[in-house]
Amino acid sequence: MAVSVSSERDTVASPVQRAFREALYAGAISLGLFILFIGLKTDQNISNQLILAQRWGLLITVVVLTMLGRFFYIAYGQPFMANQKIADVATGLLPASVASRFFQLPAFIVAVVLAVILVAFSSALPALVGPDLAGYLQFLRALAVIYALACVIFYFRAFIHANFTKLGIAALVLYPILVVVVLSVYAWSIMGGLQGSLKWVDNYGIQILIYVMLAWGLNIVVGLAGLLDLGYVAFYAVGAYAYALLGSHYGLSFWILLPAAGAMAAFWGVLLGFPVLRLRGDYLAIVTLAFGEIIRLVLINWRDVTNGSAGVSGIPKVTFFGLMTFNSSDPNYIGKVLDIAQSSAYYKIFLYYLILALALLTAFVTTRLRRMPVGRAWEALREDEIACRSLGINTTTTKLTAFATGAMFGGFAGAFFAARQGFVSPESFVFLESAIILAIVVLGGMGSLVGIAVAALVMIGGTEALRELDFLKSIFGKDFTPELYRMLLFGMAMVIVMLWKPRGFVGSREPTAFLRERKAVSSSFTKEGHG
Amino acid sequence: MSANSMKDAILQVEHLSMKFGGLVAIGDLSFQAKRGEITALIGPNGAGKTTVFNCITGFYKPSEGMITLNGADGSSFLLERLPNHEIPARAKVARTFQNIRLFSGMTLLENLLVAQHNKLMKASGYTILGLFGIGGYRRASAESVELAKHWLEKADLVDRADDPAGDLPYGAQRRLEIARAMCTGPELLCLDEPAAGLNPKESAALNSLLMDIKSSTSILLIEHDMSVVMQISDHVVVLEYGRKISDGSPQSVRTDPRVIAAYLGVDDEEVETVLTEVGDEDVIEQLDIGPDSAHGPGTSSSYLAGPVSDTIGHSEGERVTVSKGASKAAQFDARVSAAPRKPTERATAKPAGKSPTSKPRGGRK
Repeated sequence: MAVSVSSERDTVASPVQRAFREALYAGAISLGLFILFIGLKTDQNISNQLILAQRWGLLITVVVLTMLGRFFYIAYGQPFMANQKIADVATGLLPASVASRFFQLPAFIVAVVLAVILVAFSSALPALVGPDLAGYLQFLRALAVIYALACVIFYFRAFIHANFTKLGIAALVLYPILVVVVLSVYAWSIMGGLQGSLKWVDNYGIQILIYVMLAWGLNIVVGLAGLLDLGYVAFYAVGAYAYALLGSHYGLSFWILLPAAGAMAAFWGVLLGFPVLRLRGDYLAIVTLAFGEIIRLVLINWRDVTNGSAGVSGIPKVTFFGLMTFNSSDPNYIGKVLDIAQSSAYYKIFLYYLILALALLTAFVTTRLRRMPVGRAWEALREDEIACRSLGINTTTTKLTAFATGAMFGGFAGAFFAARQGFVSPESFVFLESAIILAIVVLGGMGSLVGIAVAALVMIGGTEALRELDFLKSIFGKDFTPELYRMLLFGMAMVIVMLWKPRGFVGSREPTAFLRERKAVSSSFTKEGHG
Repeated sequence: MSANSMKDAILQVEHLSMKFGGLVAIGDLSFQAKRGEITALIGPNGAGKTTVFNCITGFYKPSEGMITLNGADGSSFLLERLPNHEIPARAKVARTFQNIRLFSGMTLLENLLVAQHNKLMKASGYTILGLFGIGGYRRASAESVELAKHWLEKADLVDRADDPAGDLPYGAQRRLEIARAMCTGPELLCLDEPAAGLNPKESAALNSLLMDIKSSTSILLIEHDMSVVMQISDHVVVLEYGRKISDGSPQSVRTDPRVIAAYLGVDDEEVETVLTEVGDEDVIEQLDIGPDSAHGPGTSSSYLAGPVSDTIGHSEGERVTVSKGASKAAQFDARVSAAPRKPTERATAKPAGKSPTSKPRGGRK
């Protein structure tokens, strides 16, 4: 085996020898890293004194595991993979070899059977095998379902790739209906299904779509025009407070205040744009960051208007275009008008479709603008500002329109957010929000709407899904709280994605015009912009 | 200046000065470019050629002087007063850059469409009408694609129209930059070293492209490649240390001893010998391989390449751009006045006498 992969190093040392050496290095490094993290622990004793607990056994376990892992990887893993590659080259399997080996029909059948059995006996499991093992089995069930779905996606990958946008929109439109139907079947009652759908439609659907819309809005500023904006949440706040204050004080309808909130946010976008026009790169980022903080501090301190940190509550709900309301006490409550049972799920489903429509509007306007001269000028500005000026493009107005358009969509999202929560406070508009939105844009691939939507799904949906890691309790003990670790896992996932795809999920750029055929532009040619 | 020549000149640069702190990058420069001609601006590294370009195209605001552009429709613009982006938009002066500045992540076609920004902005009702599909944006868009296609064909790039600009080889990038500048519909095209880094074949293709453009647009060009300058330009202006040292037809310029001194230096013992052979092919060969063809990185700031310390403290009375030690042409002048007449007479007699050997390359009238 080792002979067939003779690289230069293998002539010096056999894989096993090399594996011993590498294992020793890995052991030394992990010992150095973990001696303070794992070997020692500060704790309190019974009289509240600080004591140093020593955990040498755990430390040795971790170090030995690291060494063993490294040893087996170098001695057997690497030669195996190299051999596989040679075999794949010989059989012409190379490009899709790993995936096609991973997704195979027998494994798919096993996964489906396993998932079906576990679903069928899900209620009987704890009694049958005990609660601990049941937790693991539930985890196994989730893995089997994910694997089966991945197999299906892999099988239809060409079709999915070709029609991704259409399929995505169809899935988003059908999502609440599917959730309600599946949960109704599961609970054997429509009301039960509606009640159960709250979590899936509100916590997942609406939450993710708000971030999709925000990230698509920020994408105009960062992804297209290449202006690094760290204070985007300020426009979100402007929109939210515009609706919260005008709606609760003057009783104006959401449908009037939605454009007003967008216009106000756009106005503030232009206002921010003016002083930062001359700045580039890091300096621009710092000033926009400061702008975001200024807005938040004004919201906290201008108590007469904003009610300070206590926030604005009692924000009116959105009405169904004035025809029906979602307050059960109103005479034209949707349940009374349509003569159906009372449920809070109607409002959530309505909000879901509202934010879906707003997000799709953002996407539509963005794609449309990219094909207009102003959108091309944004991208040209990202590529080379000096060349833009040499072609007669007014870079001042181009930057301002980018800021204003991006801010406008932030304002729309803010107004929606206020209507959905019924309560706004400065707490919701901290810098972390800006950072998350920017992270979604960068992770998705700057400029790509599909990539950003996927990134928002992974990041926001992922953090929500990580709340449901209760099975980990059976591994790490009863006092382990998995929720506390979700940000750690989230950060690790981001680092891994950025290593694997440095330009985001969709790094390539779709050209806005073509003469003969539309070819995606590789990410190695596009620039990130200098601010 | 007579009324006739006023009308004839598309660009008039009068008493242009550009100072950076104590450094005088351009000192009292005056020249004009005629309509329908190719005017070349040459000179050694650090002579201030790119600075002149940056003043004309509004990237620098000149310290003194006046730059007038006379449009074909009788309008005239003072370029030093226009904002940067209005110079291409209103005065119709387009430029290219010494270090190519393409939108490398956009396709060739998109590059040429960006160049038609102002026209398309108007057609789309400043985006608002176009967003709702009202007005003539669709037609204007199709027309702009046609214009882009026209220039892609001229630049011999139409096969690669849908590839990213950053993917092109160097010579094609140069041609694309020229095509992009032409898509703005300029009356004056300013080219900053269009032939730099091109191989002979690409250089010949560039020459024919420029001759083609010349029929509709006047060209002002900076170039080090003397084969390009001598073959295609109608008028040559020579700069050294920010001052004009010669101005005239290619033939008269390349036999001007001040120009030769500026390019080759007069410290050499053999300078007299060189001067006697002015106009010979050998001299031109030497001009070709002079120190300038190997321009280093970031040469747009090449005024810094001059001896900076020499330029400060000489400004009493009339402006002195550099000390006598720096300017080769000034050295030559000094030598002419100090030395016995003989070698200079030999040198200046040649061009006056229209030596038959003086046009082995510059075959144009």
